[in-house]
Amino acid sequence: MKAVAGDLYDKLLEGDRRAAARLISMVENGDEGAREVLKRLHRHSGKAHIVGLTGSPGGGKSTIACRLAQSYRAAGKTVGIICVDPTSPFTGGALLGDRVRMQELSGDPEVFIRSMGSRGALGGLSVATNDAINILDAFGKDFIIVETVGAGQVEIEVVKYAHTCVVVTMPGAGDEIQAIKAGILEIGDIFVVNKADREGSMRTVADLEMMIETKPGGVEGAWKPPVIATVALEGEGIAELVGDIARHRQYLLDSGMLTEKIVQRMKAELLGILSLRVSDEAVAALKEGGSACGLVDSMLSRDLDPHSAADDLARILQLGDLL
Amino acid sequence: MGHKIRVFLCKPGLDGHDRGVLIVGQALRDAGMEVIYSGLKQTPENLVEAAIQEDVDVLGLSMLSGAHMALIPRITTMLAERDASDIMVLAGGVIPPQDAEVLVRDHGVARVFGPGTDTRDIVAYIREQRGSI
Repeated sequence: MKAVAGDLYDKLLEGDRRAAARLISMVENGDEGAREVLKRLHRHSGKAHIVGLTGSPGGGKSTIACRLAQSYRAAGKTVGIICVDPTSPFTGGALLGDRVRMQELSGDPEVFIRSMGSRGALGGLSVATNDAINILDAFGKDFIIVETVGAGQVEIEVVKYAHTCVVVTMPGAGDEIQAIKAGILEIGDIFVVNKADREGSMRTVADLEMMIETKPGGVEGAWKPPVIATVALEGEGIAELVGDIARHRQYLLDSGMLTEKIVQRMKAELLGILSLRVSDEAVAALKEGGSACGLVDSMLSRDLDPHSAADDLARILQLGDLL
Repeated sequence: MGHKIRVFLCKPGLDGHDRGVLIVGQALRDAGMEVIYSGLKQTPENLVEAAIQEDVDVLGLSMLSGAHMALIPRITTMLAERDASDIMVLAGGVIPPQDAEVLVRDHGVARVFGPGTDTRDIVAYIREQRGSI
């Protein structure tokens, strides 16, 4: 199938899975043809509930995504799953293995699973991920589950695009609880202690509940993140998780927070696209033979400092005096 | 960002041997490709659907069970039915040369890589056929 942008729009809205898949690739590859299609798709999106799954590697995010999708399918809902795995910063390659944990879903055409490499371009991850979410949203999926890479700064990004952020942890990870204190505690709308058949799970649940309880700055009527013990492999605790996601969505709707979240996401999306475009232009201008290639030479000879060079580059890129 | 080659490595049918396919997977990853692995014991229907959802450039079928003449033609036929014959199909594993010949000649397989293949040859072949990254 040759990718003709105009065709893709029609085919996607007709439910053609190949068209949706192709458009996501175009987005990942920074293909400019994708932009025109995305512009037209925008008004078709905004219906899906976006669930983010984050947490340390090996905690069972993929298995939980699989179980969630099965529950939603049993309730007659359609599901999109986006799994982001790390791209090697050295070779640019990636081994995308989340699908292996979702074998029970394969064969169901109403579950669209897409594996994405984080690719690591400046702002590239969030822009491509956001676009992929929007594509599956316009494609008509009721729930979109976004599974983040297991480690580092990137996982915080999920907050920017998920309506409900689920943080997955497991028992016996004492040090991890320390890590949770430093940031993860703030992003979770729901906490899952997976592999709860292992020793120490009740302790982990209690620790988390304690930290949530004692978190300063609580407001009356505000959402209190529940802590759920699951054994995802066996399906234990999944019904509770599905129930809490629904309860969280209802809370967002009743409190008006959903609109606020959507506004935040749109801002993040806009900034992401803008910075990606600017950085793409800047990278091109700095290449050998590019319109700003002399700047780095002047920096090398210490005639020009990086901040002044940035001013010059902004002028060359006609960004005005903004930078 | 440019186009990145995406490869779907699969284990069709009842076959529990995945050492080879995982080694190939690592080699392709280290060559800068995005490699998706299916896991063991997949049906042709599931593999074709996944290949389409993942929009891969290459489908790599690892077969050591002896069922290659039954399963591979089913997969390539299904790809054609889904208007997805542009996905390049490669096979590997234990496939006798006379079968390999038939798969390439009559069933839309681009090439069969047998035991002892240097992974660099696989990388080079994919790059040559699909453009470098």
